[in-house]
Amino acid sequence: MDTFLIERDMLWTAFSTTLTLAAISGAISLVLGTLIAALRVSPYAPLRALATAYTEFLRNTPLTIVFFFYVFVTPSMGFTFDYKVAAVIALSCYTSAFVAEAVRSGINSVTVGQAEAARSLGMSFSQNLSIVVLPQAFRTAIPPLISVFIALVKNTSVAGAFGVFELFALSKRLTNVYSADVIAILVGVALCYLLLCIPLGQLAGHLERKVAFAR
Amino acid sequence: MSKPLNRRLFLTGTLGSAAAVALAACGGGEEEPTVAEVDTADFPEGSTMAALAEAGTLTIGTKFDQPLFGQAGPDGNPVGFDVEIGKIIAGALGIAAGDIKWSETVSANREPFIENGQVDIVVATYTINDTRKEVVDFAGPYYEAGQALMVLIDNEDITGEDSLAGKKVASVEGSTPAQYILDNHPDSELVSFDTYSNCVTALINGQVDVVTTDNVILAGFVAADEENLKLVNDGETFTTEPYGVGLAKGDDDFRTFLNDTLQAAYDDGTWAKAWEDTAGVVLPTPEPPAIDRY
Amino acid sequence: MSSTSGPVLYDVAGPDEKKRERRISIVLGVVLVALAGGLIALFARNGVFDDRWRVLVDVPPNFAGFETMHVWQAIFRGLGNTLLAAVIALPLAALLAVVLVSLRASPFLPVRWLVMAITEVFRGLPVVLVMFFGILVLPGATPLIAVVFGLVLYNAAVFAEILRAGIAALPKGQTEAAESLGMRPFLIYRDIQLPQAVRMMLPSLIAQGVVLVKDSSLGYIVGYAELLRSVSRVSDALTNAQYLLPLLTVGAAVYIALNISLSRVAVWVQRRSSFARKAPTRITEAPPLP
Repeated sequence: MDTFLIERDMLWTAFSTTLTLAAISGAISLVLGTLIAALRVSPYAPLRALATAYTEFLRNTPLTIVFFFYVFVTPSMGFTFDYKVAAVIALSCYTSAFVAEAVRSGINSVTVGQAEAARSLGMSFSQNLSIVVLPQAFRTAIPPLISVFIALVKNTSVAGAFGVFELFALSKRLTNVYSADVIAILVGVALCYLLLCIPLGQLAGHLERKVAFAR
Repeated sequence: MSKPLNRRLFLTGTLGSAAAVALAACGGGEEEPTVAEVDTADFPEGSTMAALAEAGTLTIGTKFDQPLFGQAGPDGNPVGFDVEIGKIIAGALGIAAGDIKWSETVSANREPFIENGQVDIVVATYTINDTRKEVVDFAGPYYEAGQALMVLIDNEDITGEDSLAGKKVASVEGSTPAQYILDNHPDSELVSFDTYSNCVTALINGQVDVVTTDNVILAGFVAADEENLKLVNDGETFTTEPYGVGLAKGDDDFRTFLNDTLQAAYDDGTWAKAWEDTAGVVLPTPEPPAIDRY
Repeated sequence: MSSTSGPVLYDVAGPDEKKRERRISIVLGVVLVALAGGLIALFARNGVFDDRWRVLVDVPPNFAGFETMHVWQAIFRGLGNTLLAAVIALPLAALLAVVLVSLRASPFLPVRWLVMAITEVFRGLPVVLVMFFGILVLPGATPLIAVVFGLVLYNAAVFAEILRAGIAALPKGQTEAAESLGMRPFLIYRDIQLPQAVRMMLPSLIAQGVVLVKDSSLGYIVGYAELLRSVSRVSDALTNAQYLLPLLTVGAAVYIALNISLSRVAVWVQRRSSFARKAPTRITEAPPLP
């Protein structure tokens, strides 16, 4: 573990990059994913089709391909992003599809009576969704959403192969320089990820039980 | 925003067509290095050579993404100068080129590959240095390169390693050139990708300012795309990178055998032929470096 | 599923409303098509539809001696390697998960803790880091072994969680009946709980199988010549990044086709099993994870 003492600045840079990547992409994908979920339950067929195509496409494509696309392919189509921006776009797009699915399953879990009552008060689709259904949907959707964000934290590691210096790239760099200390370095980096993921997982489990009791 | 992308497929001029023909030929494997008639008994009992000759197969770690040295060919197997060196070594063990197993090594996994025995030897533009000698041994060097810089053709502000401050410098994570930048130019921003071709794509896309690695690797990329790429100061080098054949630490008999094999290839002209067939189509043929039998 | 939530949020339309809705739908459709058209026109102006697509049907003469046949061979070789990793990893992960879950029912507390720790740890680690660990540390690990190593450990942990949830959702009566017959805990697990849990959670298990197939592409990062790496090697050898677009399009299409057919199997299995018998408790299908 001496390696990490020597390279603590580098460790901090990498750790904070992982956090920043996860936080920014998480925020963007939450907004984007909710929007997609709303389109998916809207009364207009073209919007539903658009949202379905978007989620199905991204859900079934490996993240590595999404990264390849935004880092190396879009420039040949006339759109060049900085490699850090490209990483955020790739992670946000990919994650938003899963956020949309989580929110949609939340919407499905809201009892029919709620929406019916809202309609009988004369609420429109958008009022119904934003005032009555979504707030309740999010309550159910929070545990799966947290799981999606845990996956996002782990997925930031793919950015390490596409120019961004985060925890995984750190492990590659350090194992190469301190080749006698490989296991300690990998275990150290693993602990950093667990430090982020396990508390989130516990939180999700706790909320899940709470939600289950509340109904 | 959009930059015209015209990485040329055809190398222009006579040099280019010679290159295309020669590389296509060595991809087809028409002229393989001669395979020695080897009897297992020729090697000392219990030696690595005897074991390999007995097994009749050799696993070589090399790169799959470096033009001229080791790049995936049409059949999925690599072609290039490193590959030819590997074939010469296999030949000396009585192993035909077709019986070599090629394993892709990325920069970061070369030492572990040797230490864990995934490969028998590594011939992968592998710089001999003291840190690496702590965990693996080297035969050779069989070539001496040096670190250089490559930029877009219209770049004027990068004139050498002293003008890297504040620039985005692309290289491969875990490679010696990347480490050199970290150690000597902390004021520049190292952007690491996992293959050199990805670095070059990023350079052409404008996502980084300069690509750095060994001059010969860069020369391969420039040769393939002279319209867009150029070497800084005609390929001025600022380090010396002797390429060695990596093998398991402490296997001195095997190291001596590899050194003898390389020396023999220098003497009978197979080394020069291997160079001319591959990297030699765009680079002049150098004098082989003196073998360092440490 | 959108059909169950869709109509709930707005009134079932009367004739007038239906007409209005159709008009709006048509307008929206036209707008979307126009937007798509604009995007395509923009792409066309940026040269997206230039002769780079020729690489799939008629490769121009090149530096590396590649012909069209070689490009497709590389694609299929890559697909073969992707499937190979998935086909080896899938049963191993399932097996390990079954073992983990059975140990979780162990009467010894330390064993239960250990199993819990293992599942938590591997669920919390990036798969690519585990693969990297495999290639650097496991003696004699080829890239294939490293990829399988990463896929098996992570997916076994997830499969184990799914099975555990399935067992927890079984009615208590099942276990009680088995106990009253004098069955030992292990037999109860093997003959009563596990078969029902697998059956009930099959859709989730298959959804996780899709994740496994997708994650095999992380092999790209540790040097395993799966579909993505195989395809990018072609574009490297042709020294032209423009070819990445057609080649990656093929790669993505293959993955999507593969995964959508797997998902279809999941839906089919779910329908079939829900016809065969009613699930003992209501299982809300968990949304998929990245």
